[in-house]
Order: sequence, then structure tokens, then C-alpha cells
Amino acid sequence: MLALVSPALLVILLLIVLPVGWLAWQSIYHDGFTLENYRRVFTEDIYWRSFALTFEISLAVTLIALLLGYPVAYLANSVPKGWSILILSLVVLPFWTSVLVRAYAWLALLQRTGVINQLLRYLDVTSEPLALVHNTFGTVVATVHILLPFMVLPLYATMQKIPNDLMQAGASLGASPSLTFVRVFLPLSLPGVLAGCTMVFVLCLGFYITPELLGGGRTVMVSMLVSRNVELYNQFGAASAVAVVLLASVLLIFAVVSRFISLDRILGQK
Amino acid sequence: MTRLSPARIALYVISALVLVYLILPVLIIAPISFSSARFLTFPPPSFSLRWYQQYFSNAAWMQATRVTLTVALLTVVIATPLGVAAAYAISQSKLRIMRVIHMALLLPLVVPIIITAVGIFFVYAKVGLVATLPGLVLANVMLGLPYVIISVLAGLQSFDPAQEMVARSLGMNRLRSFFAVTLPQIKSSVVAGGIFAFISAMDETIVALFISGGQYQPLTKRMFTALRDEIDPTIAAISTLMTVASFMLVLLASARQKKSG
Repeated sequence: MLALVSPALLVILLLIVLPVGWLAWQSIYHDGFTLENYRRVFTEDIYWRSFALTFEISLAVTLIALLLGYPVAYLANSVPKGWSILILSLVVLPFWTSVLVRAYAWLALLQRTGVINQLLRYLDVTSEPLALVHNTFGTVVATVHILLPFMVLPLYATMQKIPNDLMQAGASLGASPSLTFVRVFLPLSLPGVLAGCTMVFVLCLGFYITPELLGGGRTVMVSMLVSRNVELYNQFGAASAVAVVLLASVLLIFAVVSRFISLDRILGQK
Repeated sequence: MTRLSPARIALYVISALVLVYLILPVLIIAPISFSSARFLTFPPPSFSLRWYQQYFSNAAWMQATRVTLTVALLTVVIATPLGVAAAYAISQSKLRIMRVIHMALLLPLVVPIIITAVGIFFVYAKVGLVATLPGLVLANVMLGLPYVIISVLAGLQSFDPAQEMVARSLGMNRLRSFFAVTLPQIKSSVVAGGIFAFISAMDETIVALFISGGQYQPLTKRMFTALRDEIDPTIAAISTLMTVASFMLVLLASARQKKSG
């Protein structure tokens, strides 16, 4: 059995374990051991500001995705089967469009001469085009769009397992629908909330294409810091240290969350 | 169904708006690609196929398309058997180390792709695989493996291994019984896994940005560069074609999966 799994394992070892190990080594070794790269990451302004910004954006994206995704998952769970299939298909549809294509679509929609601005001007809502893209706003709009399915699917999966009898029991004991929701449904759906939020937050931490194309160069997320250090400045050691800190954050989050819900539950919803 | 309370109405309205938000960007590209205008205007002034013409008559776009299709096909051809073998081993073996191996094989889904990309770039730079076709294919095999493994493991879950035991007790060896008994029954999930690996390779951008170059640049890398410089509706045409291709493949995959139950 080990022989059967070894070719796949070899590919994984050579193409992800070795490269990541290489990064880790390169972050602490340059003509001798050094912690200089980490000192820079934790003390220099550009680095820790970028980390702070990335965590802020990821948090905002996660909260917005939860606020938008919860009602959709709730609706899909409470309507007849045909309708819920339709809703879920609409949720998954953009999922199968390339991230690059969707970045392009958001540029087309949000730029100064884009669809939204033309519409607003046509309706006389605005006289000047609004700056909707090439800033943090555009990045967040497009990032939430890409990550929303990762929120809705685990939420829906969890809600499906909540027995309907419980709501009826709540109602028969005299609770109003909103009280039953807050006291019974909401707490039971929390594992789904945790799974969805973890996935969205972690994916957002490493986002690259969307902030690069829609952030207008001002929204420098950690991933862009890594790529600029490699491509523009040839600072391989610094890039590696940033990457290691990012990876450590991701693994830490998974480790903490897996104490509450199984990792399969987070990853299995793909 | 409950009666229409204000909360219920709010739920419908919010959900409808969110669904519009999800779908709108996917729908906006096709009309732009059929527009005659040089710049993005909506609604398009008149119908035209010039951006499709531009795409099909441009040697650089065509070369990039060939690279993408070659890489995606080779990825499927390599990742599918590796993934099927691994999934089979994971589902049959009772070794404790298999759980660790299973987790390791899903690493490409856990490690942020930008980190993987930079790491592969450093390793490839040492061994001379940067800007080569094998380098690109290998990276995509790694990224596609989890999709094949997840899909095939799901297929194997509904398969009764006792059937294979029967075949073996009747004198078939393990390999023959796998191909004669097991594989036909999990065929749908194998095909679906392969299709997902294909789409993953077709859409992959970030690793390609770092390790591809010269004549071996896939479509996504050229699109990314073009998007950074200026917005040209040729990209809308390519995007529309890519989206149609993805959707057809997904429909094929889900039809397959449904058949397997």
C-alpha cells in the first residue's frame, strides 16, 4: 500500500515540502545563521504595517462574508429542494470562473469609466465618477465575491443537520420565531460559522491576484510583499521570512480551530 | 412554509441582492467581449466579433493557449493515476502512518499558494526548471493531486471492498481485480477528479507568474500582465471562452458524479 501512495507523496515532498523547507532555511541562513530577516519583519514599518493591513482586510472580508453568506445559507436551508439547488448553484457558479476572469470583471464594473459609474451618472446620482477600484474598497468587494462560496457551503452543510423538530419544539413551548432562532438555531449553526470563517480568513491572508490587480499598488498585502521582495528587490531572505511568518499564522489558526471542529469539516467543503 | 413575516421578506431581499452580487461579474464579461468599442462602455454600442478575431489572430495569445492546453492535459494524464493509486492505498490500508500521509497529500490546499509559488521558484532556479514545460507541468500535478484524491476517496467510500476480495479469492491478482472490479465502479469519480485537475491547471496563475517564462507562458500569465498594463477587451473574449470551457467541464463532471450516486 505504501508503494501505491509513494509516487503522489514524492510529488508532494519535492514540490511543496522541499520548497517550503527551502524558504524556511533561506530565512535563517545566509553565509551563517542569522535572525536579521525576522528582526526586519517584526521591527521595520513596511513589514509589520503590511501584516496589520492584511489581518484587518481578512477580518473585514470574513465578517462581510458571514453577514452576506448567513442569510443565503439560511434561505437555501429553509426552502423546498428545487429552490435550494437553484440557490446553491448560483453560489457555486462564480466558484468555477477563474479568479483572474473575475478580477477583470470587477475592473470592468468598478473603474472610473466602468458600468457602475456610468449607471450612477446616468441616474444623476453622482456628477463625478467615484473611486471604486484601485483602492482597498475595490479589493474588499472582489475578495468577498471570490470567498463567499467558502462561507455559504459549510454554513449550509451545518444548517442541514439541525433537526426541524427543535424549532417546532421551541415554538410549541411558546417562543417567538426570532427567539427560537436566537436561542436554538443560531447556537447550533456555530460550527458552520467557525468552519466558514476559518476558511475565508485563511484564504484571504494569502490572497495575491485580487489585491495586486484591484488594490492600485496602495493596498500592499503580505503576499505582495513576498512577491515584490523576490521580483523587484531580490531580497530572497526577507521574502522567505515574510512567507514563513505568514505560513506560521495560517498553521496556528488551523491548529487552534481544529481543537473545536475537525479539519475535514473545514477542508472537505471544497 | 411560514407566513410572510417582515423578517422573512428581509431574508428574501437580502439573499436576492447577494445572489445578484455573486452572478453579476460572471454575466458582465460576455457582453463586453461582443462589443465593438475599444473602451469599456455599457451597454455595448454595437455587436462585433473583433476581440475574438484579435485573440485568434495573435501569435502570442495562440502560443499561450497551446501552452495552457498542453500543461492542463499533461497534468490530468499524470495526476489522475497518481491520485487514484494514492486514494486507493489510503482507503484500503490500516497503517497509522496513512493518516499522516493523507494530510500531507492535502497540503497544497492548506499552504497559501503564494508561498508555494515562491518556494518552487527557488527550487526550480537551482535545478534549471524555470521557464520550462516540465517545470510547469510538475507544479500543476502537485496542485491538482488533492482534487483527484478527494474525488476518488469519495467514490471509494460507496464501494464495497468485499467485491474485490471475491475477485481475488476466485484467483485474480490484486492488480487485475482492481482493474476488472474496482475501477469500473469508481470510474465516474476518477473522471470527475481528472476534470477538476484540468480546470485547476487551466486557471492556475500565481505559480505560473513566478516559474514560467519565454515561450512557455500559459494564458493566465499573459492575461495577468495584460491586465496590469491596460484593459483590452481581447481579455473579455478570452475570459468568456475560458468561462464557457470551465462550465462545460463542471457540468460534465457533475453529470458523471451523479451517475455514480
